[in-house]
Amino acid sequence: MQAGYDEIQQYRKMRQKNAPPTPLFANLLKAFFVGGAICAFGQLVLNIYRGMGFTVAEATVPLAGTMVFLGALFTGFGWYDELGEFAGMGAALPITGFANAIVSPAMEFKREGLVQGVGKHMFEVAGPVFVYGLTVSFVIGVVRYFFGAY
Amino acid sequence: MAQITLNLTELTPAHIMVLFVSLGAVVSGLGFYQPLLDFGGAGAAVPLTGFGHALVTGILDALNQQGLLGLFTGGLTSTSFGITVAVVFGYFISILFDPRG
Amino acid sequence: MFPALGSAEAGSTIQLRGRCRIASLASVVGPMEGRGPLGEFFDLVTEDDLLGQSSWEKAEREMLLQSIRIACQKADLTPDDAQMLLAGDLLNQLITSGYAARSLDVPYLGLYSACATFVESLFLGAVLVEGGFCERVICATSSHHNTAERQYRLPTEFAAQRPPEAQWTVTGAAAFLLCDGGPTQAADEVQARVMAATMGRVVDYSVSDTYDLGSAMAPAAADTLIRHLSNTGQDPEDFDLILTGDLGKLGSRLTRQLIQKSRGIKLSRGNCWDAGRLIYSSEQKVQAGGSGCACQPVTFAGYIWKMAKELDLQQVLLLGTGALHSPVACQQGESIPAVAHAVELHFAGVQAGEKPSIT
Repeated sequence: MQAGYDEIQQYRKMRQKNAPPTPLFANLLKAFFVGGAICAFGQLVLNIYRGMGFTVAEATVPLAGTMVFLGALFTGFGWYDELGEFAGMGAALPITGFANAIVSPAMEFKREGLVQGVGKHMFEVAGPVFVYGLTVSFVIGVVRYFFGAY
Repeated sequence: MAQITLNLTELTPAHIMVLFVSLGAVVSGLGFYQPLLDFGGAGAAVPLTGFGHALVTGILDALNQQGLLGLFTGGLTSTSFGITVAVVFGYFISILFDPRG
Repeated sequence: MFPALGSAEAGSTIQLRGRCRIASLASVVGPMEGRGPLGEFFDLVTEDDLLGQSSWEKAEREMLLQSIRIACQKADLTPDDAQMLLAGDLLNQLITSGYAARSLDVPYLGLYSACATFVESLFLGAVLVEGGFCERVICATSSHHNTAERQYRLPTEFAAQRPPEAQWTVTGAAAFLLCDGGPTQAADEVQARVMAATMGRVVDYSVSDTYDLGSAMAPAAADTLIRHLSNTGQDPEDFDLILTGDLGKLGSRLTRQLIQKSRGIKLSRGNCWDAGRLIYSSEQKVQAGGSGCACQPVTFAGYIWKMAKELDLQQVLLLGTGALHSPVACQQGESIPAVAHAVELHFAGVQAGEKPSIT
């Protein structure tokens, strides 16, 4: 039985009225501080690389690599998913979360084999990020090329 | 900001990550990300928007140096370090560790 | 409001004459359920969620097999003494049930109604026994948090936050052995007979949030419950217990309101419980409660059955609710259809009588 329009609207209102409140403020606070802490740690790493003689622009490259490695390692230890449950996007949005998005499906599908499992599923979550990141930046490159602004 | 998107919409984290990478790329393309990076340092480099920025600057730099060919090589060149780390270490870590559920 | 809910055209309630008796039942759960408030009532609490197997899927299968073996053992039988195995789970192609049945020499029927599978199996088993087609039938269902999570949602190690209306899939399995009336056991032993059943139609109120299955299933639960009550001319108070499967906090509240607003029937909290809300404590961070094929049967086989005397249960309605979506359908923009099945059990003093009739 597919409900009629009126009943669907009535039910939607009823759901909204009864929905458990999302602790938005607490979530924001947690996301802000965890995300901030990850970035602050990144700054520490960045400063170390700068101390080794890299410029800021150069240092962001190994910085990304280091953060990705740590994110992957913490996922391996099974800590990152708990951080994500606590901090939401505060844990998912830093590049460490991107590493988590790559490692978590790879670990999960290990039992389906190294090729059909790990290989095939590694980019299950992170794949779209690549596809859209690369496509959008390509389009931006085209636009800037034709406007001579590069 | 991403947390607001997660809590107030039915979007999945995957959608939001895509959104923010694209956002970073667009802001970078408009020339606004570099000042943010100068000001915030890792605070701007570490979030996924920084990944979008890295892609765009890579493409623009390569356009400068190689012309049209750079459009195709620049994006992945600038991010190759992070991507290689992610794939290679991701692979070994997934071999070493079992998911705990 | 909600005139479409519980309409009489949706079909009748099937009355049975009580030949089918629940002879024994068993519950097996994972460590997290074992730490919950009902922990002491389960027959077996496993040490981890792998059970020494190489994958969670194999662990779930092992749990299902163990529950079947324990249930048969309790009745001094082996699984091979049954004439039919009715089993179901949440995984694609019912791999838990199918592969578990490979280890047994019993004809097997695989069933799927998501989390309402258990009640569906109980009904079909009862019909097979009533009709005289089978002397003994095993009904078994299972679910596993990790296998369900990776199939329906995201990898378990992925850093995602669960919204407050999300539910936690129960890791566990339960098996029921149904027998043809026969000589009753000692008088002091709890026994129950299947007396009536109302099978649900599929109801869809355009809920599309896959984390909010309670809301998706509430209209189906209300629909079947109203139909069962009006078809049999009973009130909610006629039951000592109405046990819903896994509506969770939000789903239970919505079901109450739907029934109240559409028919003016009030469900009291005293005799209307949700298994999803019984199985975990509020400290266990399971948001709106438990869910999964195993949620209702392990709660029933563990807590309800063993406490039947203390709770003074005579007449119990089991209302199983299932969300019939899949990730593919939802990604294609479909909403979540749901179904609810009800089976009425009478705990004592029920005699085999006239022939089965359909009202």
